[in-house]
Amino acid sequence: MAMPLPLGRHEGGSTHPGRSATSPGKTGLWVFMAVVTMLFALLLFAYMMRMQLYDWHPLPLPWQLWLSTTLLAASSLALLVARLGVWRGRWGEVRVGMAVGGGFAIAFVACQGWAWQQLLEWDYGVAGNPANSFFYLFTALHGLHVLGGLIALGLTARRLRREGPAAGIAVQLCARYWHFLLAVWLVLFGTLGTLTPALARSICGGLLG
Amino acid sequence: MAYSHGDGHHPPQSFWTRYVWSQDHKVIAVQYTITAILIGLVGLVLSNLMRLQLGFPGRFAFIDAQHYYQFVTMHGMIMVIYLLTALFLGGFGNYLIPLMVGARDMVFPFLNMLSYWVYLVAVLVLVASFFVPGGPTGAGWTLYPPQAILPGTPGDGAGIILMLVSLLIFIVAATMGGLNYVTTVLQARTEGMTMFRLPLSVWGIFMATILALLAFPALFVSAVMMLLDKTLGTSFFMPAVISLGQTLGYKGGSPLLFQHLFWFFGHPEVYIVALPAFGIVSDLISTHARKNIFGYRMMVWAIIAIGVLSVVVWAHHMFVSGMNPYFGFFFATTTLIIAIPTALKVYNWVLTLWRGNIHLTVPMLFAIAFVSMFTIGGLTGLFLGNVSVDIPLSNTYFVVAHFHMVMGVAPILVVFGGLYHWFPKVTGRMLNDTLGKLHFWITFVGTYLIYFPMHYLGFLGMPRRYYAYDNYQFIPPSAQQLNVFITVVALIVGVAQLLFLFNLAWSAFKGRLAGPNPWGATTLEWQTPDTPPTHGNWGEAQPVVYRWAYEYSVPGATEDFVPQNLMPEGEGEGE
Amino acid sequence: MALAIALVIIVVAAVLFHVLSPWWMTPLASNWGQIDTTLSITIVITGLVFVVINLFIAYAVVRYRRRVGRRADYQPENKKLEGWLMGLTTVGIVAMLAPGLLVYAKLINPPEDALVLEVVGQQWQWSFRFAGRDGQLGSSGIDFINADNPLGLNPTDTRGQDDVLVQGNEVHLPLGRPVKVLLRSKDVLHDFYVQPFRARMNLVPGMVTHFWFTPTKTGRYEILCAQLCGVGHYNMRGMVVVEDEAAFQKWLNSQPTFRETMTKTAATGGEALVKQGATLAQSQGCFACHSVDGSTRVGPSWKGLYGKTETFADGTTAQVDDAYLHQFIRNPTARVPKGYPPIMPKFDLSDQQLAALVAYIESLGQGKGKDAVAQQ
Repeated sequence: MAMPLPLGRHEGGSTHPGRSATSPGKTGLWVFMAVVTMLFALLLFAYMMRMQLYDWHPLPLPWQLWLSTTLLAASSLALLVARLGVWRGRWGEVRVGMAVGGGFAIAFVACQGWAWQQLLEWDYGVAGNPANSFFYLFTALHGLHVLGGLIALGLTARRLRREGPAAGIAVQLCARYWHFLLAVWLVLFGTLGTLTPALARSICGGLLG
Repeated sequence: MAYSHGDGHHPPQSFWTRYVWSQDHKVIAVQYTITAILIGLVGLVLSNLMRLQLGFPGRFAFIDAQHYYQFVTMHGMIMVIYLLTALFLGGFGNYLIPLMVGARDMVFPFLNMLSYWVYLVAVLVLVASFFVPGGPTGAGWTLYPPQAILPGTPGDGAGIILMLVSLLIFIVAATMGGLNYVTTVLQARTEGMTMFRLPLSVWGIFMATILALLAFPALFVSAVMMLLDKTLGTSFFMPAVISLGQTLGYKGGSPLLFQHLFWFFGHPEVYIVALPAFGIVSDLISTHARKNIFGYRMMVWAIIAIGVLSVVVWAHHMFVSGMNPYFGFFFATTTLIIAIPTALKVYNWVLTLWRGNIHLTVPMLFAIAFVSMFTIGGLTGLFLGNVSVDIPLSNTYFVVAHFHMVMGVAPILVVFGGLYHWFPKVTGRMLNDTLGKLHFWITFVGTYLIYFPMHYLGFLGMPRRYYAYDNYQFIPPSAQQLNVFITVVALIVGVAQLLFLFNLAWSAFKGRLAGPNPWGATTLEWQTPDTPPTHGNWGEAQPVVYRWAYEYSVPGATEDFVPQNLMPEGEGEGE
Repeated sequence: MALAIALVIIVVAAVLFHVLSPWWMTPLASNWGQIDTTLSITIVITGLVFVVINLFIAYAVVRYRRRVGRRADYQPENKKLEGWLMGLTTVGIVAMLAPGLLVYAKLINPPEDALVLEVVGQQWQWSFRFAGRDGQLGSSGIDFINADNPLGLNPTDTRGQDDVLVQGNEVHLPLGRPVKVLLRSKDVLHDFYVQPFRARMNLVPGMVTHFWFTPTKTGRYEILCAQLCGVGHYNMRGMVVVEDEAAFQKWLNSQPTFRETMTKTAATGGEALVKQGATLAQSQGCFACHSVDGSTRVGPSWKGLYGKTETFADGTTAQVDDAYLHQFIRNPTARVPKGYPPIMPKFDLSDQQLAALVAYIESLGQGKGKDAVAQQ
């Protein structure tokens, strides 16, 4: 009845294969994405509250942000290709997808830096106005999550080289995280571009008294 | 370190990989526990220093106003975050979850190890703030801006910066640990261990971890924003102010925004500490009363309900903060609603005692003391949650007494109870009973004597966080006598904790040998093949669970407990 | 067994303590009796639960203590009992919440005709303002604050010209008239807390908060700050004097209006200079940290300061004289006197104002200083 079972790898193995089809890595990633969602949701909440105060001056969004959005979308797409490659067992596509996706992600971070530089040239410093401060905070925190993802992507690539198909699930998780990062960025970018103090007031006015 | 089928397991061999860079959840749990207790001792000493000033104002020259506020702040922060949160999740959570769900380890052992080391860094950064110029921050553990980052508050330079950095690091550690605990409970339960067969300890820690994962981001966000306000001069929270005659560059920010974010974390934090205590105490009471926990399902639903409600009550800390007063209605109502599932838990604990066969062991003494202490702390919460009653009591000693009883002393009693209960499993030896009882009586009676009268200073209107009370006419001289009394008792209780530390250290090596299951408990951690459990916990085969966690005194059974993994008669053909 | 006895003793002692305790709410001095009523209801209900639960535990511990050969009952749950207990709890909760929310509804709706009192907080002292004859408060802002205009009233706002300013920590209020208190802060959070009035509110920099009450008893009541506001928090005191309407009006008329405080001409020497220094010290908030009666606050007392020899944290000493004071006030953290935190800010004072301030300090200290010299 009771059966001896192999203990899983660090980030992998269920201790009981019969229990559930999902791997701990998948569940772990979902939980992690919930935490990150909470982080950015609270930031947006703070943003909405703060923008209702009198000294708010929206800042112009530099055109580089459109470029970086495209880059991140491309990166996400490349990882989708990698993931489909895992499904079909085409490991060449997987490797190409990951390399291209990683490259686009690095380009995204660089492009965000370019946008910062542009803003600084226009004299929109971090402490100049709360709108600026929030912009830098959003992009910095999101960028850090992309950088963290790049580390995970690098480790996955190494595993892929060493273990081959066994690392397939890790590729899937990377792809899922990338789509998530894109979604978070689109929400942040959309909010930066469209949310006005009047709109914010109608959503959550009054908490500050 | 991976196990392969058939050839058993290979525990790490060298001292370093075994006890220091260990990925074994049991070692990490002990590391967490020892670190938390050590930093908790600092918190304890700080509280006694505060009491010295309050009992004997001005007698100790080195406790000036500046130091007093630093002691207050660091005491609060250490106890809430670095002791209780770390100990319940990192200590008890780490040790109990894999054993109780029948897993070999956490699902991400490496991340688990990392979590401890990052936590240690957070503690070290916190400690470092004692040694920087200006000392640690004295802003109160709530760190309210603008005061927290302005001159006029002790430690407004390096002190507050290190405090915020330490919190950020701690949150990273807690998140790493939390991902593990949640995923392990969801994914690594052994065969037969359904969610509704989990011991309540696991339920409490599980729900607390979910709360921690969702609430700590609020602290993270507010700490980052305050750090930027302090270092880069942004105005997230900082309005235009004239600080001690100086016009500063801040403009337009909102201190209330910080308070909302802080309490959106801060109130769930109360339950991050309380829910594991609820769970553990349920198991202690059931085991030592030899009776199933009364109303298990309701207990689980109550934990879930409390967890959910705890994120919509935060602004009851802000009734006099100047926020829109109409929110008072909503938050007072939600706060009092949360009393219903909480009261249900108290009823079910005492009903578990009813018609039990109560063994007054040391863990049981602490567990019952918890119920009494928590009851009074919960009841005084009804004063503070009910907005209009809160208004005269807010920020007085009533609040100090309330939260110490409900989320200070009560959970600490559970920590003690839990340590006396599981120490035999962790070390294979029993803690000394006589020392344990002495420790219990001094702690239980002492804390009652400290905190019960303190409510009345609050009724009187004595504000908290006051360095001295000279020349206030509405405070009668007798209040000072009461303060002397409280200080003396606090010192005795403080010193008595040495008994406990001595007991831990002495019994770990010289204590009476315990069998694998000294309390006759049903849950899986007592059914390991080795005591203490070895790496991988279960030897060749993981246990299979056939029943819920509370089969005590089942009619017809030979013994008064039936382990969860005992195969029912008639099903054993396969073995 | 000992545990049961302990629990019974706790219950008895707690009830006795409650009845006999000399520490209780100060006598009510406002219209908020309903808060006290709600509090009493809460005490009765919670007290009852406290007694019942502890006695129940004590009884169970004795009645069902371990006996050899005994078995506990096996009873997983009892839905009916749990339902009843939850129902009863809900009734108790409603009994506390309902009266609480009813008072609260009144608490947050100040009457239209209330007398408006503005309270301004700063580390670590209070100031007050009443509307003048026009019945309106003038606007104010942090940017307007300077040595002559410590409350930051808008000098161009005509409504503010006749506003009555109360410098110093004591304010008077008329008996029996509703007072709407507007609160603002110059620096950090504070809390205007007068226990006998029950109602209270935080002062938040960057916004104006409010609450209201009607004083119902004449007397002098202490104002405390009840929101941690820095190292001098415990010393941020004030006084409310509640008196009859006539006495209040008389007191109010003796306070300067904003216009009067602004048109003061600068004094040039002697008595006038000392007097200007005293006013300046008041308006700059010096008294938050420095007493003039010899008691120690955050900083050294000014009584007897002039002429004494000050010792510094680094062990050096200096004679406190004109030159020293000028230097120190201009650059207060350059040398730190022993035993005091290095938190004194730089003040933006003109040379003339500084001279006035030093003259004032000198007037408080010379006698003692001379004695000290004589002794040497």
